[in-house]
Amino acid sequence: MTSNTTLPRRYPNRLGLLGWLGKGRHGIERYLYTLHRLTGLALLGFLVFHIFVTSSRLLGRQVWEPIMALTHHPVFQAVEFLIFVAFGFHALNGVRLLLVEMGFAVGKPEEPVYPYKSSLNRQRPLMLTMMVLTGLFILLGGFEFFALDH
Amino acid sequence: MKPDARTADIRFIIRRFNPEREARPHWQEYTVKVRPGMTVLEALHHIREEHDATLSWRSSCRMGVCGSCGMVINGLPRLACSTQVLDVSSKTLRLEPLWNFDIVKDLVADETPMFAMHASVQPYLVRRDDRDAAQADAEYRQTPPQLVDYLQFSYCIKCGLCMAACPTVATDRGYLGPMPLTAAQRYNADSRDQGSARRRGRLDAPGGAFHCHFAGECSRVCPKGVDPARAIQLLKQSLVFSRGG
Amino acid sequence: MRESRYWVLHMLSAMVILVFLGLHMALMHLSGVLALIDPALAKPVAWGHVLARARSDFFTVTYIFMLAAALFHGLYGLRTMLYELSENPALRKAVTVSFVAGGLGLFGLGAYALIAMHLMTRA
Repeated sequence: MTSNTTLPRRYPNRLGLLGWLGKGRHGIERYLYTLHRLTGLALLGFLVFHIFVTSSRLLGRQVWEPIMALTHHPVFQAVEFLIFVAFGFHALNGVRLLLVEMGFAVGKPEEPVYPYKSSLNRQRPLMLTMMVLTGLFILLGGFEFFALDH
Repeated sequence: MKPDARTADIRFIIRRFNPEREARPHWQEYTVKVRPGMTVLEALHHIREEHDATLSWRSSCRMGVCGSCGMVINGLPRLACSTQVLDVSSKTLRLEPLWNFDIVKDLVADETPMFAMHASVQPYLVRRDDRDAAQADAEYRQTPPQLVDYLQFSYCIKCGLCMAACPTVATDRGYLGPMPLTAAQRYNADSRDQGSARRRGRLDAPGGAFHCHFAGECSRVCPKGVDPARAIQLLKQSLVFSRGG
Repeated sequence: MRESRYWVLHMLSAMVILVFLGLHMALMHLSGVLALIDPALAKPVAWGHVLARARSDFFTVTYIFMLAAALFHGLYGLRTMLYELSENPALRKAVTVSFVAGGLGLFGLGAYALIAMHLMTRA
């Protein structure tokens, strides 16, 4: 199709990363999506570091024990606790996503009757269960890290 | 005429952009006397009549069936004709064009890319033999349970609210998006359709169904209860568990 | 490869990680709680316990599977996120190549440490 007129200039309006972080008002599942990505990044970063630290056992006890002493520093322990929490959330939220994205927890198609109940409503009990389990996991870890001789 | 004692003065802060006059959008403020029951669309008409004749937006049916008047109202993509002003705020309304679409002018978004994505999933009944429809001597029969399998997804009015709300559409230009994926599932799930294999190349590719990670915002903002999130997860299920689509 | 196949691998590796990393987290970071039940489970990073796990076939094999699954799952997840940020084919190719190389390198290091320690403690 040819035309003598040029289209007026469009102004780009994609949200970009702000769209991941949650510009606007959203439901809880949208924030869980962002948190799932953040915890995943944290776990991956820790994994890379962890591979190097644990591989040091190849160099023997005289190298291993000082490194373990370093990792018992309170700041490192706090970071490890955060990684523990991140794992708990990522794993349990991941179980929810596994079930939902395989189509198992979203409910069957149905005639929409106002007020609409969507797949978000259907998976909400699963989401709440996972969040409660995450909370328990964090409490158990908190007891371990900060109350017991870890 | 006596003044209606129930009116409220509401501030409307609207994103304006005139491509012929400016390089970037700006915000402009108006004050509207709002009666209970007044919709955002009615308020926009009032602004154009009483304050500023240059304000532009899209609208048509004014009753929530055409999908033209989608815009972001106080941080949530909504239909202007189906949103009452006082349901949103009794003080300030902030209106901007739908996110993730280029702006044509003021509140008008360029939905051409969305419709191109939609066309690419072949959103029509596809038969194995293309001459089938011309040669058919009877209607394609379908039972009520077979109808329910896709009916919900057929209520989509292509308003684009789901595309504005989706975090993947926000960054990924190549992503089909909730509306086209729902349209694909609507036809894949239709017992009269035989085109799943033909659509698979588009749906099971980068930018297809597996770029959805169930943030769920599409279903939350959908004004017709289409539940695109459900459609996409069911689509993924069929792509994983059926051989050849 | 079709996206559905990558996604299935992503989910399978998730299930492997859920089980094995869950056990690993319990062993390493709930050791104090577990030690209340069985005192032998305390201090998992003590050298004696490290050697005991290195000697074990079960730990060596499951650690190798866990390492492979975790590296694939994490790097594929990050690759997915980066692919959403840019459609540039050259950039995407660079991401894939560097992640495959980095992932294989890290797996090589971790697997070498596991197998070498296993053989050393068995000798």
